[in-house]
Parts: sequence; C-alpha cells; structure tokens
Amino acid sequence: MTTNALSAFRASAERHHATVHEVTPADVGPTLDALVEPPAVGVAPGFDLPSSVETDPSPADLDAARTGVTVASLGIADYGTLVLEQDAAASEAASLFPERHVALLRTEDVVPSIGDALGTLGPRLRDGGSAILATGPSATADMGELVLGAHGPEAVDVVLVGEEYGDEAGSDSNVADAADPTTVDAGGTDAEADR
Amino acid sequence: MSEARREKAEKLHHLLETEGDTVAENTRLFNRGRYEATADLADYEALKDEARAIKEDAIERLPELIEELRDSVEANGGNLYVADDAADANRYVREVVTDRGDSVVKSKSMTTEELELNEALEEAGVDVTETDLGEWVLQVADEAPSHLIGPALHKSSEGIADLFNEQFDLEEPLETPRELTKFARDQLLVDIEEADVGITGANFVTADSGTVALVTSEGNARKSALVPDTHVAITGIEKVIPAVEDLEPFLELIGKSATGQDVPSYYSLLTPPLTSPPVDFERPNEAVTDDPEGREFHLVLVDNGRSAMREDPDLKETLYCIRCGACANSCGNFQSVGGHAFGGETYTGGIATGWETGVEGLESAAEFNDLCTGCTRCVPACPVKIDIPWINTAVRDRVNHMDGEGEFDFLVEGLTPDDEPAGLDRAKRLFGNFETLAKWGSATAPLSNWIAGSAPARWAMERWIGVSSERDLPEFQRETLVDWFETRGSRVDAADAEREAVLYPDVYTNHVAVERGKAAVRALEALGVRVVVPRSAAVGSGRAPLSQGMVETARGQAERFRDALSSELDRGRDVVVVEPSDLAAIRREYEKLLPADDYERLSESSFEVMEYVFGMLENGADGNELRAGDQEPVDYHAHCQQRTLGLAAHTVAVLERLGYEVTTSDTECCGMAGSFGYKSEYYELSMDVGEPLREQFGDDGRRVLASGTSCVDQLEALLSRPATHPVELIAPDTSPR
Ligand code: SF4
Repeated sequence: MTTNALSAFRASAERHHATVHEVTPADVGPTLDALVEPPAVGVAPGFDLPSSVETDPSPADLDAARTGVTVASLGIADYGTLVLEQDAAASEAASLFPERHVALLRTEDVVPSIGDALGTLGPRLRDGGSAILATGPSATADMGELVLGAHGPEAVDVVLVGEEYGDEAGSDSNVADAADPTTVDAGGTDAEADR
Repeated sequence: MSEARREKAEKLHHLLETEGDTVAENTRLFNRGRYEATADLADYEALKDEARAIKEDAIERLPELIEELRDSVEANGGNLYVADDAADANRYVREVVTDRGDSVVKSKSMTTEELELNEALEEAGVDVTETDLGEWVLQVADEAPSHLIGPALHKSSEGIADLFNEQFDLEEPLETPRELTKFARDQLLVDIEEADVGITGANFVTADSGTVALVTSEGNARKSALVPDTHVAITGIEKVIPAVEDLEPFLELIGKSATGQDVPSYYSLLTPPLTSPPVDFERPNEAVTDDPEGREFHLVLVDNGRSAMREDPDLKETLYCIRCGACANSCGNFQSVGGHAFGGETYTGGIATGWETGVEGLESAAEFNDLCTGCTRCVPACPVKIDIPWINTAVRDRVNHMDGEGEFDFLVEGLTPDDEPAGLDRAKRLFGNFETLAKWGSATAPLSNWIAGSAPARWAMERWIGVSSERDLPEFQRETLVDWFETRGSRVDAADAEREAVLYPDVYTNHVAVERGKAAVRALEALGVRVVVPRSAAVGSGRAPLSQGMVETARGQAERFRDALSSELDRGRDVVVVEPSDLAAIRREYEKLLPADDYERLSESSFEVMEYVFGMLENGADGNELRAGDQEPVDYHAHCQQRTLGLAAHTVAVLERLGYEVTTSDTECCGMAGSFGYKSEYYELSMDVGEPLREQFGDDGRRVLASGTSCVDQLEALLSRPATHPVELIAPDTSPR
C-alpha cells in the first residue's frame, strides 16, 4: 500500500479515537507485550501472541478479559476502519467483549475506500462469510452526550505491521506511551482524555 | 378557537414546554453535523443519485429479489419467512422464540415497533430486553420512541439519571452520561448473556449473499447476534438490495445523513447462521469453540402494507427510505416539538406521513400531517432524494377527502369556489383560495381591511376559520400592481432592451405587497430589461391550494398559469417571479401537475427576481443605477424553498456586489411557512420555530432582509423591526429612464 494511504489510514483512525502503532514485523512481539493487559483473549494466525493471551477462551474468559487481540483482514484508509471477518475461532467475541481491542493489520491489507473493501468482501460474503467494519471504539450518545465504550470496547489500538517502518527510526514511538501501565489501566476515561 | 384546534394547540404547547428544548438541541446538533460531514464529501450528489438508483431498481424488481434472497438464505442454512402483516410476523417470531426458550435480547428496530412485537412476545410469557441504550431507557420509562434513530432523543441526561435513580435501587445516585452508560451496559450484559434468542433489525439485506447489514455504534447488535445461538432478523421487504457491492453508497451516506458522524462505529455485515461460535454462558468454563449445537437463523421480511405502497404512485418512493432521520433533523417544526407531535403510531418526522399512511392507514397520518409546512428543507438532506413534501401534499389531499362532515360553511364557501370536498377544514379552504379572497379584498379596500381588522371579525375568524388573532392580517391595496402598471407602462423601449420579461404578478404581490412589485419592475428596468406586467398573467400559481393539499385545485391553477404565460414565452419573454414559493411550484411541483413539455418549458424560462438580477449583472448589464450598499451591514434570511432550489447564493452575491455586508441566517425555516403560522393552533409553534432567528438577529440593529412574503411578516413579528425584500433595497427610488 502506498505511504499516502497508510498515513491517511492513520489519520482517519485517530480521528475516530483509535490509536495506531506503526511497527516492523520484528517489533510486533514487544508491542503486543506492552499493549496487552491481562487477563487477555485473542486469535492471531500468523503472529506470536504473548503467553498471557488465552487463545481458546470460555465465556468466563471473555467476560473477564481486559484485552482482546485479533487480526483485521483489511483496513480502509478513508475512515481508519478495520475489517474484522468472522471465523470459527471466536475472534468476533475477542474483539467485542474486552474493554481494549488490539487489532493487528498488515500494511499490504490497507485499501483506500469502502468500495474497495466491499469489492474484496463480496465473494467472501456470498460464500457465507460475515464481517464487521469497525471504526474506533464503540460509542453512544443516548445518555445525553458522546461516551466511548458502550457494549463494545472503549479503546482500540491498531498495530500496523510493515517492513516499511524499519527505515524510520522511532516510528513506533507511541508504543512507549502504551507501555506506560497507567494509560492501559485507565481504560476508557483516560484513553478518551488522551486523544 | 374551536375545541379541536384548542386541543391541538394545548398538546403542542405541552411538548414545547416539556421536550422541546432537548429535542431542539439534539436535532440541531445532528443537522449541523450533517452539513459538516457532507461538505467534505466531494461526490455527495453522485452518491445520492447512486443510492437512489439502487433503491429504484430494487423496489422495481422486489419479488424477484426476494426469491433470490430466499435461495441465498436457505443455501446458508437459514430460513426466510415473508409475513403478510403484523399478526403474521408476530406469530412466526413467537413460535420460533417459545420453541427456544423464554428470553430475548433485541437491538433497535423500528420495524418491530411497527409490529408491536415486544407486546406480542410478552403476552406469550417471553422476557424482552431492548439493548440499544436509548431504546432501553424508553423501555424502563415505558415511553414511545420520538425519533427514527435517536429514540430517546427527547430525554436529557438529567431526566435519564432521575429515571434510573428512581427505578433501580442504587447505593450511589448516577449522574454523568458516562456513569449512566456504564450502568446500562452492565445491566444489559447480564440480559444478553442469559438470552435464548437475539433479535435484530436490518438496515439492508443483500439478495446475492443473504447478508444482513446493521448500522450501529454501541455494539449491541453485534452482541445480540453473536451470543445467543438463535438469531432472528426482522425487517421490511423494502430493505432488500441486489448485491453486497451495492452497499457502498449507503455505507458512505447513512452515518453522515443521520447524525453527522462520517461513519458509525460498526457496520455489521452478517451472513447468518454465523461462523462465529455462540457464547454460551450456561457453560461458562468450556471453550466457546467446542459448541455442540450450532446456530439457527430466521429472516422475517414484513410486508404489512408495503406491497400496496409499491403499487401506489404517491407512496412508492417511501419504500426507498433508509430511515436515517435527516428529514426530521432538518425540519423546523420537528426541531421544536419532536416526534411525539410530529409522528404517528410508529414513525416520526416528514417521511412518517408516507410510512404511517402505508402501514397504519390514513387516520394515523392525518394526526400530524399538517405539521409538514412544505418548506422542502428535507429534500436536499435525504440521501435517497425522496420528495418528502410531495408525499405530504398527496396524503393531505387524501385526508381532505377523508372526513367530509358536509357542514355548510357559508362564511368561507362564498369566497372559495373550488373542487374540494364539502367538509374540508375551513382554514385550509380559506388559505387554499387566497386568490379569490385577495381579489375581493383589493376591490373593496380599504373597507375590506377595516372589516377584517375589526375586533368582531378577528374573533369570528379565530372561532370559525382558525386564523390566529395574534397575527397582523395582510392589508389589501386598492390599486393592484397590474392597475399601476397599466397606467404607467414600460419605461424601456423594445429597441433598447437587453431582454424582455414578464414580472409575474402573483396574488400577494399584486394585491398586498404592491410596493415590492413596483420595486422589482424598477430594478429590472435599471438593468435594461423591458418589463411587462400583463393583467392576463395575474393568476395563482397553484402554490396556495398545494400547501393545503388541494391537488386538483392546484392542477387547475397550474394549467391556467401555463395558458396565461405561454403566449408571453412565445414572444421571447422570460418570467420573473418575486415570491420564491411560486417559483418552487413552477420548478418542482409542476413536474407532477403538468405534461412534461409544459413543465420543462416553464421551469426553464422562469427565474427568481434576484437570480435574474444576478444573471443580468453576470452577463455584463450595468448595475450603476441600482442602489449601492456602501458597506451597510444587513441581515438576510433566504426563503426555505429558495434555498432548496439553490438560489439563496444569488441574492447574497448581488448584495455583496453592490457593497452590502451580508450576514445570512443559520436557520432552516422561519416558521411561518406561508399560511401555517397564521393558523391559531400553530401560532405558538410557529413563533418557537423562529426563535433561532431572534437569537441570531435579535437586537443587532441591522437592516433585515427576507425573500419570502411570509418570512418578512414573521421576521417583523419576531424582531419587532421592519423587514423588506432585497429587491426593495436595491431598486432605484424612481424609474431611471
Ligand atoms: S425520507 Fe430520506 S431523509 Fe427521511 S428518513 Fe428516509 S432516507 Fe432519511
């Protein structure tokens, strides 16, 4: 994906209250270590997850989890949207129940528009697949003003993984923020105030 | 005031007092959000066209698409049921649910409100919990939704806090929106985890894949579909679109149109039965992936009048509606009173007239149909380009024919020779036939004005006809514009003329605002236009009867207008119109009232007066004889229909070119909306709708300009200082040539 689309993705995602961490494949491990606050659940084929992540969770695990890690199959640059496809491994539940959703996204999977994403999804949905186009954390204004964190997560971290980030020193600088336990611990309140 | 009018006025008064402020704040927030979100969208108009085209095609091919959808759903392992009516749908769902258990969690669905599904399930002993936070608030409060997308939009956070603190036994009282949200989420999570069946609606259903598309921000629809092993999706048959790829324009538009969010948090594109395993809290410690049972899915498509709507030329467009609520948010009256006044059994806002007529019947629509003033501000807001005001007009016509009481209304009848039914509301008949009244008024002025203004007459008008005694009545002029022009003649020779134009002497300009008409003639002449004001052109445009839903009377007037103006067009003359609502009739409604050729010819040759001035100046006319502004600051409120036609900018451009410093109003409609604000039961509402104008222009002391006759009257009432039409400001005092 072009650098333009990647920076557009990042800007749009952050406009919608998500945090984007740009990392090389080699840095995924440390980034997740910093972001994942146990108890955690998750499914991430192709990536190594921290040992604290329960990969075959029970309902009780889902209920208790503070962090859920999944892989987004596409990112939409126009809106900073994650395409979360459903599978038999309960990734839908892992992205929905915990307060914090950490989504891994490969730079080559970022597409410019909703139309592009639907172009890819069309055949998959016709084949019985389901997908969520998720933009930022869950939110509601039903109680009188905007509150982040309704039935779904109140914080979303996108770990954008690509070789291209190797060239720029310090591109993963906001991992340091996330590593600060107060940010992660603070859940919605501070996560919201941060942005 | 008659008893019925008094009751209506009291109900509106009550809502203005109780819910009005919260509704106004929230709808205006959404409305501003829509403007901001769509302003960034380069291809906004093209997306709307695309969305509309997909809906037109889908409704056209609906039976075929439903069969394709059935194949898709069944191939996936689900069931499709098409329910004829509410009872049929409720029976089917009740059987599915009671077969699986006795508890249901639901995500927001207006269609299930229409069916009264919750009541039907509760009667069968099923516990139903609404999981959308707004819907849940209403469930706790036992109230009806007041908005298509913000069901509890009429409730403030203080009101919700009081409700929760009263209803639940809480150690610490709840206060902030964040605390309220957290409390509701935790309560609802228990219900979701225990539920046997999850019920959702569907914003779209794609026939090619059997995918149910849901638009939410809270995540409750995701949970309701994911957690229980049985999912029932219920929606109207009109939600079916051909293919997954067709979702594109809708996903681009719906959030922006609805709340001004450029995209909501979640678009769930679910092709049930889901591959995701259910989350079975009865087995809390077993991995969810070794689910023994698998999933069950039912898609219930509800007809309930929709097939008949599809065959009804006036109501058919309603089926394109994606229920974004933009028509409500852009509506001045809705902003003031909300959906508890501006709605029927289920649906609220402008388009509710179509829905209620189609699914509940005319009586339900008749309750609130008057609240559409035809201002048309919803038209550019609608993402599928539905002509919502026309649906309201067509339904008003049916309502007029509905309750023929057959009273002999001697007072109005003599003045109102029309083809409308005998029992037609007297106020409607009076305003619908304003042309006849105006002729009599001018012929007998000033006597007519003295009589009409006298205390006994005002009392009688209020009592028998429903004209508010708070309003100043129009004053009829003895010398009409046509009389004046006949004596005076044209001051530009045909040989010297840049162009020739008819100044259309609409009923109001001809009989009441005669000075405004004279100013228009002088302004045009100053630009080298040879103007004529023929007596033969002094006919109604049809606007007055249209606004009262008197469609046949309006058609007759449109034909008379065409006949009167055709010979002028044959001579190469343009038609210049002072009153924006008349021009809107020509450019919009004539498409429905006249043959296509006539409509095209008239709409292409007719211009709003300041639009015409703008065109002349752009084409090199010398504007030196017009009155320059010399940096004078002015406040300007464009007419609502003029704005929908895209013509507000022309007035502003002319004024700025002449050196005025223009501040434009932020409000959609002044609230007067033709005759609406004159009706006694709507007087208070009308003034409330105008309130933002008072706030904006209140005491800045600047000159006030407005393009509509009724806007001028309303601004004068609101601001207690004179207001004028822009053409009166720029016209030279005396004819220059
Ligand atoms: S009529 Fe148009 S604006 Fe109104 S709710 Fe339906 S789609 Fe939205």
